[in-house]
Amino acid sequence: MNPISFLTQMIRIAVPYLFAASGGVVAERSGIVSLTLEGFMLSGAFAAVLGTNYSGSPWIGVLCGITGGLIFSMIHAVATIRYRADQVVVGVAINLLAIGVTRFFLKLFFASSSNSPRVAGFGGNIHAGGFDNPLLWIGVLIAPIVAFVIYKTPFGLRVRAAGEHPDAAESVGVSVTRVRYAAVAISGILAALGGVYLALDQHQFTDQMTAGRGFIAISAVIFGRWDPLRAAAACLLFAAAETLQIQLQGSHAIPSQFIEMIPYALTIIALAGVVGRAVPPAALGKAQA
Amino acid sequence: MTASSAPIPGQKFSSAPPPWREHAEEALIPPLVALLVALICGDLLILSYGQSPAAVYRLLLEGTWGNAYGFGQVLYKATTLAFTGLAVSFGLRAGLFNIGGESQLAAGGFAAALTGLVLPAATPLALALPLCMLAAGLAGGVVGSVPAYLKTRFGAHEVIVTIMLNFIVLALLNWFIAGHLHVPETLHTPEIHAGVLPRLSDINPTFHGSAANLALVVAILVAVVVWFYLFRARGGYDLRAVGLQPDAAEYGGISVRRVWLRALTLSGVIAGMGGINYVLGYKHYYEDGFASGAGFLGIAVALVGRNHPFGVLLAAFFFATLSQGGLAIHAFVPKQMMDVLQGVVIIAVAMAVPEVTRILRSARRRSDA
Amino acid sequence: MREREEGSGKREAGRAEAEDLGLSSASQFPLPASRFPLPAIRMVGIDKSFGAIQANRGASLEVLPGEIHALVGENGAGKSTLMRVLGGLMKPDAGKVEVNGRDVTGWSTNDAIAAGIGIVHQHFMLVPTLTVAENLVLGCEPKTRGIVLDYDQAAQDVRQLSSETGLVIEPERLISDLSVGEAQRVEILKVLFRGARILVLDEPTAVLSPPEVRELWTVLRRLREKGDTIVLITHRLDEVVDLSDTITVMRAGQTVARIKTSETTPAEIARLMVGREVSLSAGKRVQPLGRPIPAEPGRGLTVQNLSIVGSRGIRVVDDVSFNVKPGEILGIAGVEGNGQTELIEAIAGLRPVAKGQILIDGVEITRRSVANRHDAGLSHIPEDRHRRGLIMEYTVGDNLILGLQKHFSKNGIIDGGRVMEHAIEEISTFDIRPPNPLLAARTLSGGNQQKVVVAREMGRTFSVLLASQPTRGVDVGAIEFIHQELLAARAEGKAILLVSAELNEVLALSDRIAVMYRGKLAVVMPTADATEEKLGEYMIGTKKGNAA
Repeated sequence: MNPISFLTQMIRIAVPYLFAASGGVVAERSGIVSLTLEGFMLSGAFAAVLGTNYSGSPWIGVLCGITGGLIFSMIHAVATIRYRADQVVVGVAINLLAIGVTRFFLKLFFASSSNSPRVAGFGGNIHAGGFDNPLLWIGVLIAPIVAFVIYKTPFGLRVRAAGEHPDAAESVGVSVTRVRYAAVAISGILAALGGVYLALDQHQFTDQMTAGRGFIAISAVIFGRWDPLRAAAACLLFAAAETLQIQLQGSHAIPSQFIEMIPYALTIIALAGVVGRAVPPAALGKAQA
Repeated sequence: MTASSAPIPGQKFSSAPPPWREHAEEALIPPLVALLVALICGDLLILSYGQSPAAVYRLLLEGTWGNAYGFGQVLYKATTLAFTGLAVSFGLRAGLFNIGGESQLAAGGFAAALTGLVLPAATPLALALPLCMLAAGLAGGVVGSVPAYLKTRFGAHEVIVTIMLNFIVLALLNWFIAGHLHVPETLHTPEIHAGVLPRLSDINPTFHGSAANLALVVAILVAVVVWFYLFRARGGYDLRAVGLQPDAAEYGGISVRRVWLRALTLSGVIAGMGGINYVLGYKHYYEDGFASGAGFLGIAVALVGRNHPFGVLLAAFFFATLSQGGLAIHAFVPKQMMDVLQGVVIIAVAMAVPEVTRILRSARRRSDA
Repeated sequence: MREREEGSGKREAGRAEAEDLGLSSASQFPLPASRFPLPAIRMVGIDKSFGAIQANRGASLEVLPGEIHALVGENGAGKSTLMRVLGGLMKPDAGKVEVNGRDVTGWSTNDAIAAGIGIVHQHFMLVPTLTVAENLVLGCEPKTRGIVLDYDQAAQDVRQLSSETGLVIEPERLISDLSVGEAQRVEILKVLFRGARILVLDEPTAVLSPPEVRELWTVLRRLREKGDTIVLITHRLDEVVDLSDTITVMRAGQTVARIKTSETTPAEIARLMVGREVSLSAGKRVQPLGRPIPAEPGRGLTVQNLSIVGSRGIRVVDDVSFNVKPGEILGIAGVEGNGQTELIEAIAGLRPVAKGQILIDGVEITRRSVANRHDAGLSHIPEDRHRRGLIMEYTVGDNLILGLQKHFSKNGIIDGGRVMEHAIEEISTFDIRPPNPLLAARTLSGGNQQKVVVAREMGRTFSVLLASQPTRGVDVGAIEFIHQELLAARAEGKAILLVSAELNEVLALSDRIAVMYRGKLAVVMPTADATEEKLGEYMIGTKKGNAA
């Protein structure tokens, strides 16, 4: 096993997680539960393939992917913020809806139940190890950018206030509603970009191709205690485990299923407070009075 | 004390609407609203395919309730959903979210399959069924007890724990099957020897080919038991109290932690028992992935069924109809349309419940004033 | 009078915003005291109701610029509501509000902030996980190049404001690390940061220790020197009597007096504050039986050296000891917030105790569960029936067995028939209306809801009853009824601990009266010796005794 190839593969696996987890951090910090990352990712993946297929340009695909994520995130936002629907229920429903919608339009546009035709992607130079893909670079940099926004900008301050003590924010004239809409939109865009990367990297869309990556992203958010850089580190950790499993495929040293379990087991341990408490933002999941 | 006649139970009093009417309004209107929304969405999707909604809906009804095979399939699918729906609604009644239905169901099915393998073939059903159910329930309960314990001991939120545990348990089961217990070239266990449930088609041949089986009756019985527990047993009184107002429950001497522990574990037991539908009644083996999606749909069923056992049965029937109906209309509109409608219905009900309750209650207040 | 320095950009921004909103007259601060005193605040004839409750009834307030004005009254007198109207958090139903001579009736919070009104709430509006500087600039953050939050500038602003006002606090500290006094300083800095010249502090000393109170007073004096106007909402007159220039007394939604502090005495204030209003149960001081109640050692409710620590580490109940004998009603008077709630919760088993013992009929129950205490003979009418006393979605019948489930079930199954019988009986005895056991508790009026609670708690077997605000939000007829029930229980030899914010009620029902102030039992006296004046003085802290 070559350390360079391990690292490059690890990063490529990590990119979707990095995108989605960064988005998840923003939304959850503002107080909105983000079980929806899986659905946003899937919709972004499909929309990107749709756009690239009909336009021939992967950049159009990126735009379409972002739009797809935005649409779903706005459904989530309206239902939970304006209508005060239960955030967990809507989260689950958005994921189901994304599966259904992508399947439906897969049939409608591509006449298939399982996959789309091949589309162009970025990069393509085998020797570049995937690093000629601009999305990869954006994915690597997105976590520090989100960290900057959260901790160094006024918007980030308001997001943090909205998630911890929305009444205090309202008392100084900050519209918690507006902040939360913005945060959910950001989570939709970023998670969708994770799906876009995934689909364009594989050059096609397949049914339910996200395969639980959105949930690994949420695990990373929790394990990283809702901090963008720590969540990113968790993403890399989970990606490393996955890479290990792939590279060790033949040796049967540890069954692959156990490697799969690692992110989830770690999250449960984090929640149980065995290795330091993972305390969520105080107002997470509560409808505003 | 001013003079007032002793109350006669059941007598209507003009100063307040009969309680059941208020309950009925708040319970039934949101799902009806959601149904309306779903119909509209369905129309749009069908039209986008260039088909006529009326024709498609007729085909849907013909394919599900209109013929015996279709109806049997609906009943079969409804059975699994009934179990997971009852499990979720039971937890919700205590204020807890059990998202682990899929893994609990799978674990239960696995345990039932193992029991069916271990028992000798000659075991009478009257003995084999309860034993398999016991094993299934136990397995589901064990899985359900993990979030229960973590919540009461560490305050870990059950939503995330159950989601995470889903992945872990399913991966574990996959490892068992793939590594040790599978029939070559497949991902399922060998056929069970004992505990095979009779099919509906065994009783009435018109249902030939459909998978509906005795588990349906078990599901209805479980619903009745759950209803009885929630609304007639002391444990149920305590459980609902904790779900409605934990502060008042504490004041009333109820141990909130113990109720939580009981509720999540029992929720797992109910979901686990659902495994008998597929394993004992249909394929007669455990197959990796048979539970796929049943946990999340269970949430939908619980929501639309307004967390009431009989509502859950109706909602399970409804969602099963959608699912089977998709197959029936597949020639005209892709069955995937049903997946979309499922998601739409859930979001619509989730949005409708707080909104409708708010509107109804402020309207009532204004009419009282 | 020196003009305050206009260093900070925030205040410029605040002023600019004020001008944008057409409130430029608000920038004529400060008004020197030597000029003809145009009131800084003038509120006349303010009415405000919430549903059936009238919080303000023709209330008025006049505050001169540059003075420290104490707004005094018991809980429910309407002080907070009046200030919320002033601060733009709500609009009055009737009346006029003038600030610096300008009619501002019905304005919004943003208008009020822009005009220089700053309210420091009783429950701090601070985000615990953020720093002092972050909380201060939230909503009006200084920026460099438009996107980045200028933390240095924010910290600098905090320090500058600190030095100007004497409210010293390090900008980088997390709110969750601060003591209560320090957190309050941040709240005050927050309003000053936004250009407040008129400060309203709502019960500022409720969570402070005496040295912190003195520090606060120093700060307020300094602000007064700078020309700011300060309104202090409080019920603790002993603390403000040195500090304030003028006192307005409110009672039952009305303003009853406005006096210069130097021209009055605490006794007079106390009398104005707690003076009785006409109500049906008033004047009916039922002198129980006329015989002295013999002490029965080991019987009744005994509390020994009880101390309870609150969320911020302060002792909310401080070394309290008393005994309630069988056949006696001990009434605890006192404005809410002095530890009564916590005391009752601890005796009921809903709150842990830091030190001390609780005994019922000689049996110690200090660490026993709620269910256990029920078995030991304890009954509890909670002060908050909405949260604790009733399950609003449950029927009346089901509510009547809350805490009594085991008596109505056999083999784990609830006997619906017996529940119904029980409900019908209680509904009839207590005249609960509408008399339908199947109605959800939510649909009943407040008075009838309370009757359900009373019926349940007094219908069980008990020897000690805790009655906390038993007639709050209850109509007159029901009040009468509940009082009769309490006296009947007393006649049967039960020991009753009554906590009420209604002094009338305490005087009418109790054999002995205690007053709690700041977590301590200030005094315990036989009702015969109690007068409104005396009790009032203990309630506002101007008289401090040592209770037995």
